[in-house]
Amino acid sequence: MLKALVIDAGKCTGCKQCEMACSLENEGEFNVAKSRIRVFDFHTEARFVPYTCTQCAEAWCQQACPVNAITTDSMGVKIVHDNLCVGCKVCTIACPFGTVNYNASTGKVIKCDLCGGKPACSDACPTGAITFQDAEQGGFDKMKVWAAQSANAATHEGPNTPKASQASGSGH
Amino acid sequence: MKYAILGAGPAGVTAAETLRNVDPEASITLVGGEPEPPYSRMALPYFIYGKIDEGGTHLRQDPLHYNRENIRYLTGRCGGIDAQAKRLYMSGGEALEYDKLLIATGANPIMPPIPGAHLEGVETCWTLDDARNILKLAEKGSPVVLVGAGFIGSIILEALYLRGCDITVVELAPRMVARMMDETAGGMLGRWCEAKGVRVLTRTRVASIKQGAEGGPRLSVGLSSGINIPADLVVMAVGVRSNTGFLVGSGVKVNTGIAVDDYLQTTAPDIYAAGDCCEGVDLSTGKPDMLAIQPVAVEHGRIAALNMAGHKHRHRGSLNMNVLDTIGLISSSFGLWQGAQVGETGKLVDEGGYKYMKLEFEGDKLVGAQCVGMTDHVGMLRGLIQTGFRMGEWKDKLLAAPERLREAYISVAQGAPNAGPMAPHVNTPRAGLGHGGASGH
Amino acid sequence: MGWTGKILRVNLTNGSVQSEPLNMEWAQQYLGQRGLASKYLVEEVDAKCDPLGPDNKMIFATGPLTGTCASTGGRYSVITKGPLTNAIACSNSGGYFGAELKFAGWDMIIVEGKSPKPVYLRVADDTVELLDASEIWGTSVWHTDEWIKSKHQDPMMHVATIGVAGENGVLYSAIVNDLHRAAGRSGVGTVMGSKNLKAVAVRGTKGVKVRDGKAFMKATNDGKKVLAENAVTGSGLPTFGTQVLMNAINEAGAMPTRNSREVQFEGAHDISAEAMATPRKSDGQKNLQTNQACFACTIACGRISKIDEKHFTVVNKPQYWHSSGGLEYEAAWALGSNTGVNDLEALTYVNFICNEQALDPISFGATVSAAMELYELGLLTKEQTGGIELTFGSAEALVKCVELTGKAEGFGKELGLGSARLCAKYGRPDLSMTVKGQEFPAYDARGIQGMGLTYATSNRGACHLRSYTVASEMLGIPEKTDPLVTDGKPALVIAFQDATAAVDSSGLCVFTTFAWTLNDIAPQVDAACEGNWTPEKMAEVGARIWNMERMFNHRAGFTAKDDQLPPRLMKEAAKTGPAAGLVSGVDKMLPEYYQLRGWTADGVPTNETLSRLAV
Repeated sequence: MLKALVIDAGKCTGCKQCEMACSLENEGEFNVAKSRIRVFDFHTEARFVPYTCTQCAEAWCQQACPVNAITTDSMGVKIVHDNLCVGCKVCTIACPFGTVNYNASTGKVIKCDLCGGKPACSDACPTGAITFQDAEQGGFDKMKVWAAQSANAATHEGPNTPKASQASGSGH
Repeated sequence: MKYAILGAGPAGVTAAETLRNVDPEASITLVGGEPEPPYSRMALPYFIYGKIDEGGTHLRQDPLHYNRENIRYLTGRCGGIDAQAKRLYMSGGEALEYDKLLIATGANPIMPPIPGAHLEGVETCWTLDDARNILKLAEKGSPVVLVGAGFIGSIILEALYLRGCDITVVELAPRMVARMMDETAGGMLGRWCEAKGVRVLTRTRVASIKQGAEGGPRLSVGLSSGINIPADLVVMAVGVRSNTGFLVGSGVKVNTGIAVDDYLQTTAPDIYAAGDCCEGVDLSTGKPDMLAIQPVAVEHGRIAALNMAGHKHRHRGSLNMNVLDTIGLISSSFGLWQGAQVGETGKLVDEGGYKYMKLEFEGDKLVGAQCVGMTDHVGMLRGLIQTGFRMGEWKDKLLAAPERLREAYISVAQGAPNAGPMAPHVNTPRAGLGHGGASGH
Repeated sequence: MGWTGKILRVNLTNGSVQSEPLNMEWAQQYLGQRGLASKYLVEEVDAKCDPLGPDNKMIFATGPLTGTCASTGGRYSVITKGPLTNAIACSNSGGYFGAELKFAGWDMIIVEGKSPKPVYLRVADDTVELLDASEIWGTSVWHTDEWIKSKHQDPMMHVATIGVAGENGVLYSAIVNDLHRAAGRSGVGTVMGSKNLKAVAVRGTKGVKVRDGKAFMKATNDGKKVLAENAVTGSGLPTFGTQVLMNAINEAGAMPTRNSREVQFEGAHDISAEAMATPRKSDGQKNLQTNQACFACTIACGRISKIDEKHFTVVNKPQYWHSSGGLEYEAAWALGSNTGVNDLEALTYVNFICNEQALDPISFGATVSAAMELYELGLLTKEQTGGIELTFGSAEALVKCVELTGKAEGFGKELGLGSARLCAKYGRPDLSMTVKGQEFPAYDARGIQGMGLTYATSNRGACHLRSYTVASEMLGIPEKTDPLVTDGKPALVIAFQDATAAVDSSGLCVFTTFAWTLNDIAPQVDAACEGNWTPEKMAEVGARIWNMERMFNHRAGFTAKDDQLPPRLMKEAAKTGPAAGLVSGVDKMLPEYYQLRGWTADGVPTNETLSRLAV
């Protein structure tokens, strides 16, 4: 079953427990500057928005990588392989969501990998603003956006976009 | 179906894989121009300063990858193409039949006509073999003259710096990275380099290269200013031009690069082109241009392959963008970084802090950007420019405070659900269900 | 671990900055934040120094749990000698600044001397610089925050700054971080202004590590569970904020009203949590927009409010139409009940201005309240107030006062003195509801007897946060005591004082103690820090801190005479409510308190006590 992080910004209080859980899981210390998820504070609008990689199907980061250091696993998760990443940062400008960041202390990039299927951020969220759910059921908003986008794309491309022919990783 | 792909850079390899993805039965031949496995030129600087070994430059790490994908990989140079007969000739004499051909031969470095440019110790930094040569000559403390401080020159600069070379940069233009960023940013990069002990000589030309004096460094580089600089190594990085010489007489029209239509097809039947060698559409201008960057090569490779396989995909243009690490100072530029013809600019400059941010608007859309010293969430700039989001009230806020980019992005991207951030991009086939089944069919 | 082990010392006189190791021996004795920084202050500053002179120092201090995932682990304190009181001052704040300072690699910043010109301090990990603040001197907190982030092109910086109040010498100026969180009390912002230090801006990318990660996650998760399941921290505070108290305290007859002339406010409901969450008649919108958590806080009691755009306070001022920090209970009381004003929108506006100019709303409201009484008594004339009709219940007067005070213009200059100096100046020192010069907060000492002793003995002048016996006397935490009796209160106050001093030294928020005891907190500290931190050790650290603070004040010239409540609370009985007929019994409690503390009858810690606690 494919699962996705579902973010309900309306429930977020801005406590950053997700950022701490993320940095502890991935960096072994509390360090929000290196968190893969980030809460944006819209002070004047009384709004807090947790934000991270959606593991988008387009895999812009993966496509941009010159040395194949980003791959997609069987769950659709885009994973950075530290042993291969040269730190060229092209993925950081290629990701149109801005969710791949350069970590100057390691000279490599970091992004959300859903903690291998058990995201620390959703476990740590005290208000249910971040949950890890079945993509089919929970990813409604995400799907809405995608639907709009594919409708848009379809208008431009015509209906004959090919179906995928194999079920392995995208191999691009 | 028989596919041939000339060029084993990112465009060629991506095209081969895409073809295999959509046509499991096809015969696919991928031709590399150098006797190496397909590798990435972008990775060479990291090889030069020892962050990775040669294997780390390879586009695909698994040596059996091409076998497994049933892609025939051979190396050699193409001598010419008979478009009528659908046949190409390798310089060794071998002929290759194809039904559809992709030219993804990239570019070659320009060697300026400087007296002495042929001398030993004068290198370009373009191929894996060049990099091996540079490794031999660029020792710790070696005096090195780097000719050209454009984007590629600046990347090489960092590699030489990290090897511990004693570097002098010679650049004809009035600043570094003149084709990627403006005076303010280029000036910052220059000052940064000088502060790191690199000599940066702008508005300067190399007049000649001579053998150095006995017992001293191998070469002596004469500059337009009249001074001579000793060097063990001279690295030429003054620019590249598309690698299309073999197309003479083929019916493939070549301007600066290969002319292609919106489907990346050339003027010759069943011949397509992708990557650095061709003039794809620049999303920002709507006009053909050569955008010699990795993401564009991959995008071209995929779209060309789909069209070759009969799945019509229009290329709606690629966004020009670059990111550069100059000895730890990271800069980037996107789209119309020079600004729109009629537009507005928001900028912030902190000369002392080596920070710069400049946003270019046309109407209420972001069309270009430059940053120095900012890396967090920088991809949002691409998202905003490429998607063409209407920034609404955020435009004025960003004009006044460009650093609020991230807030603006989240507000705009989340506030307009029917303009998905991906809108301008072509949808490509993807494996499996993807996520939530919303895979754009 | 827990600690970064590094202190940043900034000398404003000569412009130098230097790093030095944290004294780990002291860290074992004083834990961090309030305790540890007070130790540095006591060792380095002459208790008799002029708080606004260059010899005073100010310390921005985090605790070992600041910047960790322990719930509420984001606090910092500012420790200095306070100008409002001339006593030791320690003001604690939430928001994100404290954690960011820790992430930059510093346990504390010690600020010394006085800069010849306005500067701000920028700390980005190990890059520390004093920069010219001439462009932001004279501007508000909100402008300064924005200007600094823009200047350094980094919206992820966190800024602690003074407003114009601190520059102008208002004696209860605060230091505001993250736009609306404040190290609010005792005039710590005034000290900062006196040093020509406008702001401290921090950005950290280093990590905070703990001693035993596994044990830490278990202890902090256990703690979070306790908070979530507790009625106050799990539901009351997130839903209603501290304003959950407004109606309850009013009904208990413990709401100081109109300068403590009364103990119940007829308009309490109009300015309560419930009112904030009910759509306004005027525009159908709620005052309360959302709640907000400080860093790492799983309670999230913070209020974010938006003022009715048509309200007279903001009608032509779109700059106040956005959401910002709303009323907490103390502010709603000080600005509302205490001045007799029941206009929720006006109070929210005044609170915004207190944040924007960095004023302590408790001392400000209480000073206006005292001035209103002086005005009604004819001791202050309309001429002296500059034309302000300074009557109880006038929202217009309150608004005019706040607009003048930070700027120190007109009558605002008088208000900036605080209630003790103002009342003395106009001949009625007895009308100042203060202890040691600091205005007391929102609990009447007649209706909640323990709070009378709390105010009297607080080392930073009257304060509820030194021993919040309201928890026991009103809410039954950890066990219910009768608010109307004095029996047993000295021991209760001491237990709260010591525990609170330890919590204030850990990096945690004292609001956790609605649900947590030291038994919940010690395992979290112990998993983060070396040193076998048991609840007993925590309590002993608390007692050590309390006595050290007391000794500083003793050297500064304070005596038992300064442990007195204003005569009104001792002589004028409560008129209504459950406490009707009662006065404060603080005079009965003090001797027992001194004795239990191991102090002389004159309130001085004995040598035996000091050596037992190794002060």
